[in-house]
Amino acid sequence: MSKRILTTPIKDADLESLHIGDIIYLNGYLITGRDDVHQRLIKQNKELPVDLAGLAVFHAGPIMQKIEGTEDKYRVISIGPTTSMRMEKYEKDFIPRTGVKIIVGKGGMGADTAQACKEHKAIHTVFPGGCAVLAAKCVEEVERVEWLDLGMPEAMWVMRVKEFGPLIVSIDTLGNNLFENNKKQFNLRKDLMVEDICQYVDYLG
Amino acid sequence: MTKEEMREKFIDIIARFTVYSGKHLPDDVHAKLTELRKVETSDMAKIIYDAMFDNLEMAKDLDRPCCQDTGVLQYFVQVGTGFPLIDDIEYCLQEAVKRATVLGPLRHNAVEIFDEKNTGNNVGTRIPWIDWEVIPHSDEVKIYVYMAGGGCSLPGTAKVLMPLEGYEGIVKFVFDQVTSYGINACPPLLIGIGIGGSVEVAAKLSKKALLRPLGTHNPNPLAAELESKIEAGLNAIHIGPGGLSGENSVMGVHIEQAARHPATLAVGLSTGCWAHRRAVIKINAAMEYETISHKGAKI
Repeated sequence: MSKRILTTPIKDADLESLHIGDIIYLNGYLITGRDDVHQRLIKQNKELPVDLAGLAVFHAGPIMQKIEGTEDKYRVISIGPTTSMRMEKYEKDFIPRTGVKIIVGKGGMGADTAQACKEHKAIHTVFPGGCAVLAAKCVEEVERVEWLDLGMPEAMWVMRVKEFGPLIVSIDTLGNNLFENNKKQFNLRKDLMVEDICQYVDYLG
Repeated sequence: MTKEEMREKFIDIIARFTVYSGKHLPDDVHAKLTELRKVETSDMAKIIYDAMFDNLEMAKDLDRPCCQDTGVLQYFVQVGTGFPLIDDIEYCLQEAVKRATVLGPLRHNAVEIFDEKNTGNNVGTRIPWIDWEVIPHSDEVKIYVYMAGGGCSLPGTAKVLMPLEGYEGIVKFVFDQVTSYGINACPPLLIGIGIGGSVEVAAKLSKKALLRPLGTHNPNPLAAELESKIEAGLNAIHIGPGGLSGENSVMGVHIEQAARHPATLAVGLSTGCWAHRRAVIKINAAMEYETISHKGAKI
């Protein structure tokens, strides 16, 4: 099967045929944005220094290293995804405010983000967690950094990437949610397991 | 060796071992992941495990931290009362962290509370975190290095139950947290459970449980049995690598306990992600070292 590669700027039509569980790769612009970037845009109403319309945002806090002999050029050392659920509080507002089309992170997101993905034709995808060198190898160039006053993990790093993936679609443009579906299964099994173990743990008295 | 030379040697060993532990998983974790990878059958689980192992190889080849989140550094120190640098350990560990941050490089992960500023060198108020155990009649030090990443620290929780909620309450507490927060914390997880009489005792023991080598059991037979039952139960939920479902959920379940108050039953939970960067080194009075968690490591 050939690789399914999406290139920024992303159009709605690029995303509409994707379903949860599909695997894609990304070419083009991927910009990091996590807790503090969401806080500044949505809560503090500050203008983002990067136009994310049609692009992809990466829930990630990288290890970057300044290239010796340059003023402000960086190379990426390691850049894996961070827990997307931390951004759930603001993502439903972040999506329409920025026009971002692809969210890359780790683990699932909730009902509000799924609703926003459906309304605004966006998707949430996961990159395998902890695979930070694999991800760094897909970065062609770190073009610039904004909001570095937030510190290395929270700044906005603007990167050009090539075949960045595998990205597993976890929320699609219909609002289907892979992790929430999985969780329903997990919870059914959990109740059975807890009930079973509890037969053996009456150590009191 | 003068005291100054000893200090320099000690700082250098800890700095380089800290960096090493961010690039190479400990032997027991690597072996367990290899075993868990073999039993996966679905395409999705295989893709995730392939990515994990490719990543570990690349980290080794390119000499880079295998996960970008090199954590807040925590050192669990078991120091002999006769260890010649016993007075200098705290200073030396702070220096080692500053050096490791540049040498690694490590991500800058110390954010001061209230000021909300990243210190930029991984040293901050009470950070690196140091836990002390004093060993009488010894002139050695054993140090556990733990990179407490954000993702695997997020599920951490502790609660004081009423005793009549029983150990049933503990089981439910653990399962509820693992099937909600745990899914996003890079499974297969290592589960650390602390049980005692108050919240800080349970919480601290849950973290110490994560330091135990994989495959070991609690010496109390009931505790060991409960470890196995919770491990089998969590695996039967089939959370899978990355929480994307699969054959298993955890690398292991470790319980540590302290005697409780008759009126309280406290439980703490800490989780380790699959990239469980826990490393152990022993250093003697001559500043010779042994890398216990990473046999034969060249640091």
